[in-house]
Amino acid sequence: MEKRIRVVVGKPGLDGHDRGSKVVARALRDAGMEVIYTGIRQTPEEIVNTVLQEDADILGLSILSGAHMKLCQKIIKLMKEKEINVPIFLGGIIPADDIPELKKMGVNEVFGPGTSFEDIIKRVKEIVLGTAV
Amino acid sequence: MDQENKINELIEKKALWYEKTFKKTVSRFPERKKEFKTSYGKVVDPVYTPADVKDIDYAKDIGFPGDYPYTRGVQPTMYRGRFWTMRQYAGFASAEESNKRYRYLLEQGQTGLSVAFDLPTQIGYDSDDEMSEGEVGKVGVAIDSLKDMEILFDSIPLDKVSVSMTINSTSAILLSMLMAVGEKQGVRHDQLRGTIQNDILKEYIARGTYVFPPDPSMRVIVDIFEYGSKNLPKFNLISISGYHIREAGANAVQEVAFTIADGIAYVEAAIKAGLDPNVFGTNLSFFFNAHNNFIEEISKFRAARKIWAKVMKERFHVTNEEALKLKFHTQTAGSTLTAQQPMNNIIRVTMQALSAVLGGTQSLHTNSFDEALGLPTQESATIALRTQQIIAYESGVTDTVDPFAGSYLIEHLTKDIEGKAMEYIKKIDDMGGMVRAVETGYVQKEILNSAYEAQLRIEKKEDVIVGMNEFTTEKGSKPTPILKVDTSVEEKQKAKIKELKEKRDNNLVSEKLSSLKQAAASKENLMPFIYEAVKAYATLGEITNVLREVFGEFRESVIL
Repeated sequence: MEKRIRVVVGKPGLDGHDRGSKVVARALRDAGMEVIYTGIRQTPEEIVNTVLQEDADILGLSILSGAHMKLCQKIIKLMKEKEINVPIFLGGIIPADDIPELKKMGVNEVFGPGTSFEDIIKRVKEIVLGTAV
Repeated sequence: MDQENKINELIEKKALWYEKTFKKTVSRFPERKKEFKTSYGKVVDPVYTPADVKDIDYAKDIGFPGDYPYTRGVQPTMYRGRFWTMRQYAGFASAEESNKRYRYLLEQGQTGLSVAFDLPTQIGYDSDDEMSEGEVGKVGVAIDSLKDMEILFDSIPLDKVSVSMTINSTSAILLSMLMAVGEKQGVRHDQLRGTIQNDILKEYIARGTYVFPPDPSMRVIVDIFEYGSKNLPKFNLISISGYHIREAGANAVQEVAFTIADGIAYVEAAIKAGLDPNVFGTNLSFFFNAHNNFIEEISKFRAARKIWAKVMKERFHVTNEEALKLKFHTQTAGSTLTAQQPMNNIIRVTMQALSAVLGGTQSLHTNSFDEALGLPTQESATIALRTQQIIAYESGVTDTVDPFAGSYLIEHLTKDIEGKAMEYIKKIDDMGGMVRAVETGYVQKEILNSAYEAQLRIEKKEDVIVGMNEFTTEKGSKPTPILKVDTSVEEKQKAKIKELKEKRDNNLVSEKLSSLKQAAASKENLMPFIYEAVKAYATLGEITNVLREVFGEFRESVIL
């Protein structure tokens, strides 16, 4: 039987725009994954603790406030300190110019507005199951 | 009766037309879809006739503009008198930068200001707070103290320009700052015109900038009503907002129902505190979304006006006509904008804005085409303002009041939305009102269900979004320039706070903050205490922290 992928979907920072994170969380759940949704206004520490406690296979972040660089940096730093090796995907309003730097930082994938559920589900599976190119 | 016979005859004729003419065509040329639906799932007929409006009594249900139940508008002349207020939501980085943008927009013919604050300001954190890291000046302007507010409104006469502020949990603080700046300009409090959003219920439901739990939050709102209806008679003390509820995924009926139910909760809380709805009722305003379905949206605005007038009159026994009128601001739907082929958004915004005008809005924000990518640039913000000006000055729709009234479909939908929204409101009443319905997560769940269904329709291409799931272009055209917020703003704000704390009378600040703390623990109206603290240059974070200590903090229960 195929392993059920465990995903933590987190909303770091002060941004309250949670429509995207919630519908994506539901879509991943409907695709057979186990989804833990943190709710809004989580600190990087809270998110990293959730990843650890829930033994997640992958972490999804949603940020629309423009604070993505600082927040991703903090989360990745904390994960490294705690030796958590979990891939990260990011959604929200992320300017194209920032994507190379985010990927260098350790974000595996960035999904912009208009990305289909199908693409997100496919990519998450690829990343977790190691079939990613 | 003659009229009834005529209608019956018409119903028979329509049935005959449907069987003979319509079906014959459909058998040869099928329709594009099996069913055509509104956002709230009502199946729309191919054609509407007088039979579909037979239960509508013109005098009672529609009436005349400026007359109860205000279906046709809250003023008798509407845009023949003056246009709606063109009010573009703007603000970013520092007070200096935002002040420049405001003065530019006013020079370009904008007629009111609408201030966007950054998230730390909205949630009561100073720019030097750890929680603010990375967020300072990002989605709006950073305001830490009265000093910043003085810069924000420099050379903007507050007796002439009305100011709307999207501020909720910390609205009492920002309102006090505005009053203090006014005072420095020589503008009396009773001359100030504008709006504070001050709508906490929709923050729990959809927008997320809550600080305190519901009960103390409602108390602060009622304090503002009491203080404001005495001291700021020209100010809208709340903007009861369906906008964000719709953006979170609600359909048109849910938008109206949940907004009106929020309004009912505020009026009930104020009445319970001994206030008279005939008085504070005139200081209430609303804020709606203008979404894609053009006809449905026009009907929605008309229905909302009618419902509110009836609620105020029949439920709260309001006799002051001014307090029956639902006055509203509209913003076009940000969630409908696409990152793909962004120039297409100009056309979306135009149609959405037109529906708001045909729906009788009192003020309007038109989105910029680049808002799925970032904050508007000066160029995109100018096009957005020009869109409103073209509708106002060139389209001719402003020459007649409520020109779409009498359309069988519009009148039918207006009535249908009213009926469906009232069913929701009844359900919420049965749950013990909106505060309870929000606490249980009922409202959030209803909205999320609609959001998920809407997304599935897009995935299946049942709903076509031009340039996104159809008519896509492989290679994006030339990249759209994006406004970059200067990252040094955070450091600059921190330095400003440090300087302020060295220069101000810190004994006075502590004194004012401890009086505020005492008042918060008692039942006294908090407004005078907050006003005093603001004038002593206590920071937004200091004032909010005092209230956090007394009121505690809200944490959402996660709904998925």
